[in-house]
Amino acid sequence: MSALLQIAGLTAHYGDFQALFGVDLTLQDGETLAVIGANGAGKTTLMRAITGIAKVTAGTVTLAGEDITRLPAPEILTRGIAMVPEGRRLFPSLTVEENLLIGAHARKGNGHWTLEKVQALFPILKERRHNPGTALSGGQQQMVAIGRALMSNPRVLLCDELSLGLVPVVIKEIYAAFPRIKASGTSIIVVEQDIGQALRVADHVHCMMEGRITLSGRPAELSRSAIHDAYFGVSHA
Amino acid sequence: MMLIDTLAQGLLLGGLYALFAAGLSLVFGIIRLVNLAHGDLIILGAYLILTVTTITGLHPFVAVLLAASLMFGLGWLLQTHLLNRVLGADILPPLLVTFGLSVVIQNGLLSGFTADSRKLAAGAIEAQSVDLAVVTLGVMPLLTFASAVAVIFALNRLFYRTALGRAFRATSDDAVTAELMGIGPQRIFAGATGIALAVATIAALYLGTRANFDPSIGPARLLYAFEAVIIGGLGSLWGTLGGGIVIGMAQALGASVNPERQILSGHVAFVVVLLLRPRGLFPRASD
Repeated sequence: MSALLQIAGLTAHYGDFQALFGVDLTLQDGETLAVIGANGAGKTTLMRAITGIAKVTAGTVTLAGEDITRLPAPEILTRGIAMVPEGRRLFPSLTVEENLLIGAHARKGNGHWTLEKVQALFPILKERRHNPGTALSGGQQQMVAIGRALMSNPRVLLCDELSLGLVPVVIKEIYAAFPRIKASGTSIIVVEQDIGQALRVADHVHCMMEGRITLSGRPAELSRSAIHDAYFGVSHA
Repeated sequence: MMLIDTLAQGLLLGGLYALFAAGLSLVFGIIRLVNLAHGDLIILGAYLILTVTTITGLHPFVAVLLAASLMFGLGWLLQTHLLNRVLGADILPPLLVTFGLSVVIQNGLLSGFTADSRKLAAGAIEAQSVDLAVVTLGVMPLLTFASAVAVIFALNRLFYRTALGRAFRATSDDAVTAELMGIGPQRIFAGATGIALAVATIAALYLGTRANFDPSIGPARLLYAFEAVIIGGLGSLWGTLGGGIVIGMAQALGASVNPERQILSGHVAFVVVLLLRPRGLFPRASD
């Protein structure tokens, strides 16, 4: 495997408030990487900085050798990074099908993911294709948000808090789609507060606290106490 | 018989007001920008058609094609280089900038064309009418109304049947998430303002062929446009046509009682609708 996405010394601010402090992170091609951490740890800011929504004040984001730091969000998408934003953020005036199609707005050429393939991944989206996106249940909306991101045929899929507000059975159903997404050639970064879920799907886990990576490793290598300490910033003993 | 004739004239007049309002509705619906220069831009469109007809000798109905293209370009440039710079959470800067633009356009037209009234000459068609037994309707008012329906229909198709329309609606819903879909909101806004000014030029064609115009009458057209948009319901294009018709009919009814009450009647209808249905008659579901 080779480094697909390389983040080095990434720093981001909201006005005077510094949200990220020199974050380093590497996503290998074909890998699923999880970023865990409590509320306010900087996970969402990291996703927003990668996708060009949050302002990067220092450091670099490199995709397949190309420096994409500070490119506008639409250009970062066309280079192959799509995001499922926290809270789904579907477009209320668009139907389910239109929400999926808008994901392919900037797409150039063919790719694995088509409307039919996304609807095959989540069959409910075909049944509900004429409904307003926001009229669906939370889990179904999450499926639309994932499908919408896949429609751009991304090389890297960023998923921000997929499990937020969803019941366990729905979370399981959504994460069950991950092997097929990976098989399509898409590498994944998931941001999660649900540690158990993150450990189940990830090849690598990074724990964040107060804008810094405090722990990294393969799920099998990390002890529960080490994760607890890194997550909450207190000693487990 | 007289009442039917009055209502028919009011209906057709409503088409002109809907044309005034369509561009304003489009820009508000997508950009959430209240363009206080919209009325003056309509008048600028009328002078542009006049200039094209004067230089080329083309009929106004042909000249409008060139003028509308130029106005589309002007709208694109205006949005890209001026209005996009002042958009943000604070609604005051765009209001001040478009108010300033209104003043600049009025004074620019005054310098270039003087305060004399002008009119676009459409030829014999101006005096032609169609006898429908019950009422007799002028060809120009009928064309105005038909154009309003066609413009609203075309804008609706653009909005709800094309990829560009999807991008318009997505940007209107949530510009930040639209960026994550690869949509550049600033380009979308520029396109929307370009289309709005092209539609304003069509409104200018009918304004200029049906009545005299001079550099000072833009703000009154803006007022009619505002009233039509608000009566129809913000963001609803067919509602904007309905709003124009309500004002047109109210004015026609008021004028039939006393010609001096024509304008006032339209404003009274606006206030009554605002009191009874503050979100307008046909508000967009997601607003």
